Amino acid sequence: MSASVELRSVTMDFGKYRAVDNVSVKINPGEFFSFLGPSGCGKTTILRMVSGFIEPTAGQVLIGDQDMRGIGPNKRPTAMIFQNLALFPLMTVWENISFGLEVRGVDKTTRRAKAEELLKLVELPGVADRFPSQLSGGQRQRVAIARALAVEPQLMLLDEPLSALDLKLRQHMRAELRAIQKRTNVTFIYITHDQGEALAMSDRVAVMSRGQIQQVDVPQKIYNTPANGFVASFVGENNKFTGELTSVSDGAGKFKTDVGEFTVTLGQGVSKESKCRLYVRPEHIGFAGKSKSHVNAIPVTVEDVSFEGNFAVVLMRDKAGRRRSAEVRNDPMNPPPQPGTSTTITFDPDKALVLLDSEAVAYAERD
Amino acid sequence: MTDLIQRYGRGLSWLSIGLTAFWLLALVILPYLGLFEQSFRPYLPVDEIGGPNDHYTLHNYMALFSNPQDITLCLPGKDTIPGSPIYLPDLVVNWPIHLYIFILTIVYSSVVTLIVLMLCYPIAYCMAKVMDPRSLPTFFLLLVIPLWVSELMRSFSWYIILSLNGPLSTLLMDLGILSAPVRWTWGLCGYSGIMVGLIYTYVLFMLFPVYNAMTSLDSNQIEAAEDLGAGWIRKHWRVIIPHCKPGIASGSVTVFMLAASSLLVPSLLASPKSRWFTEVIQQWMFESHDWNSGAAYAFLLLVVCTIFVTVMMKLFKVGLSDIAK
Amino acid sequence: MRNKFRHSALLIYCYCFLALMLVPLAVMGGAAFNDSKFPTVLPWKGWTWRWFVDLYNDDTIWQASFNTLIVAIAVVVMSVPIGTAGALLVNSLKGRSRTLLYALMISPVLTPGAVIGISTLLFWFKFNVPAGLHLSVFAQVSFIAAYVMLMVLARLQSFDSALEEAALDLGATHWQSLRRVLLPHLYPALAAGSVLAFFQSIENFNATQFTRGASTTLTVYVGSKVRTGITPTINALAFILISITVIGALAYEIRRRRIAARAAEAEA
Repeated sequence: MSASVELRSVTMDFGKYRAVDNVSVKINPGEFFSFLGPSGCGKTTILRMVSGFIEPTAGQVLIGDQDMRGIGPNKRPTAMIFQNLALFPLMTVWENISFGLEVRGVDKTTRRAKAEELLKLVELPGVADRFPSQLSGGQRQRVAIARALAVEPQLMLLDEPLSALDLKLRQHMRAELRAIQKRTNVTFIYITHDQGEALAMSDRVAVMSRGQIQQVDVPQKIYNTPANGFVASFVGENNKFTGELTSVSDGAGKFKTDVGEFTVTLGQGVSKESKCRLYVRPEHIGFAGKSKSHVNAIPVTVEDVSFEGNFAVVLMRDKAGRRRSAEVRNDPMNPPPQPGTSTTITFDPDKALVLLDSEAVAYAERD
Repeated sequence: MTDLIQRYGRGLSWLSIGLTAFWLLALVILPYLGLFEQSFRPYLPVDEIGGPNDHYTLHNYMALFSNPQDITLCLPGKDTIPGSPIYLPDLVVNWPIHLYIFILTIVYSSVVTLIVLMLCYPIAYCMAKVMDPRSLPTFFLLLVIPLWVSELMRSFSWYIILSLNGPLSTLLMDLGILSAPVRWTWGLCGYSGIMVGLIYTYVLFMLFPVYNAMTSLDSNQIEAAEDLGAGWIRKHWRVIIPHCKPGIASGSVTVFMLAASSLLVPSLLASPKSRWFTEVIQQWMFESHDWNSGAAYAFLLLVVCTIFVTVMMKLFKVGLSDIAK
Repeated sequence: MRNKFRHSALLIYCYCFLALMLVPLAVMGGAAFNDSKFPTVLPWKGWTWRWFVDLYNDDTIWQASFNTLIVAIAVVVMSVPIGTAGALLVNSLKGRSRTLLYALMISPVLTPGAVIGISTLLFWFKFNVPAGLHLSVFAQVSFIAAYVMLMVLARLQSFDSALEEAALDLGATHWQSLRRVLLPHLYPALAAGSVLAFFQSIENFNATQFTRGASTTLTVYVGSKVRTGITPTINALAFILISITVIGALAYEIRRRRIAARAAEAEA
């Protein structure tokens, strides 16, 4: 059993502060859906409204086509995995897992059997009688998942549950979570500020900023065709250029900056008058060695090369003094240019996206 | 409020509001207001209550200022310190007796508070920063024993020790220091017994708050002060005492309140010259059966304690939550 | 060097202080065995058990002890739920209303016992409730509940409210969440609060003195006996109380040392 979730024009105010601003989205049954955004973007507020800890100021929350207003968290078919996991410290692992059944009046033998079964499901047998404090971080994570699954929820809500783990474990748990979701076919709503997590696990991702959804799409589309400047700069790295469109024709155009004029592709809703910027991802930047006469070329000076193993990041400065970066695959036959050398970088017109500035862009600006 | 209902649901919220309301209204606020109201009512025979004479009056409070008597003021002299070089002639004033007792109670309670603080500060410092942490729990436990044995027994023990033919006199006579038994409770104008009793009975209520405040001070701060060349006076005055303010305020308020309102110690360790304000209140209540005057005097005691708390809070710049720990 | 000297002096002072705190109790306890009409250890007039026998035969003491116990139990039963409720309420408030409520709850702790006793007596007398031990219970609860409140509040502040949310989210009712999640966390504070309330009630004199009417509790009885003539039976009682305290302290100390030893072993 898994439920769909729909938010209809949901708004949440805390006093004068608007945490969620007129959000509408529909999540399908059995889907792994992520809300991705910086802290304070309203994603946790959405989760708390779905789970029932707070009621929206305006709009409707529907779970399985049923309006949830006035229904408390203990009456909703949801189970939440908290950021700090919120395992009950004074109960053993199996008591934790079967707590949801205990409050439903299930007898002890059945509860114990169910707990053992769930521990097997999350690949953690033999710890039933331990206390949460005796487990490692990854084990606690699994217990929290088992506890949420025990109540057979139609909807799982996960509030950055992996943030407390170290990098290796986090990557392992990503795959694990995804596998559990597919096995149980429960709808997952996942909250995170980590784009890697969101892209790797989700069927669809909603990118949020300042209480509003900026884009909802499958991970590939989010990364490759971001809806606006905020999404482009929040998800993945980008070389940003300010300037203006000088000509527009059929989804393509010319973009003039202080380091030259480039042939570009236009993003969603971009017209000649709109406020926009040019975005080029580091991995789409190449070095002009052979093809000297490239349509988009910028002369630069290499400042630093950091070797990351399977790829290397080249940091450069253009003649306007702005930092540019390129990511090149590790190839011993064809090493990246050395620091201090002057060279020319190039990029293809179909990888050069001109995107709308949203209000959020200024907010997410970090450099 | 909404947070309460959110967390505990309607039933439990109302239950806790109800219990708290019963506590604060029926056991605290209304009785206090009743005390205040009744303190302005005249003391009348039963058949006149509710009659024309039953109107609000300051009479009960004015009793404090009436009934002047000749009182020999307690000044440094032969009564206070035997063999003192300072010898002042007796100064007799004509003061209202209750007012005199009231002031004396406040003065002696303040002195007790000060002495107790001076006794406790070095011990708290020693316990928190000097003593071997391994022997501390045992030391602590032994200190707590008198506390658990109860206030009554603590004051009673000094009743025995200080009595005329009691152990102290006998011991000193056996050692040849004294030639005759001494009335230990008659010194300090008749308040020496009460002072000793109050100090012994309430000293721990100062020690523990000051000690608690002292433990929360990072030892590095003391070392930093020493490292920067502070002498021990400056180290205490500028670093440690300011940090201990909440503890000192808390202990002082508790000790002053307990001393000023003590009933047991002044009656157990009394001398013919000593009177304590609570004894006057008891007199109104149980001997004169004038509950209204008793209420007025009790209210005065409450006012004094409230003023003391307020002054301490202002003086030490601490909040109520620091004092009540 | 000078520091070391100062520290030794401080330590000596501390141990002198400790001795001065304990000697009076020893003197008081010792007097229980002295065959002298007046309670004292010196002059020693010979060993006797008679004060314990007198104590055993004193019916008033038995009655007063019984009363004390009943009052103490009633005080615990009332002040623990009230104090806990007060702590939950104060903990869920913020800003001014919190400060005000907190101040109201703390005020009985800073109020002289005589004032509490008299105001309770007068208040209930207005409703024709006569003085008696039930009023003593009310008077004691008014400030003992505040001690419980402070202890529970301190414990509440270390509670992660996400645990309550987790319980609700898993389908528990508010009552189930309280019973299974919050109360187990509060148990240490509730236990400590109950013990404190019990002993505070037993040793209370001031508030009880004004509210008790014709009934008497152990503390009031002994306190009043001082005026009518003290015999060493009081010392016999004191000896018993001291013994109970010391045995309790010893048991605690042995337990503590055992735990410490085990911890040291686990570390090694």
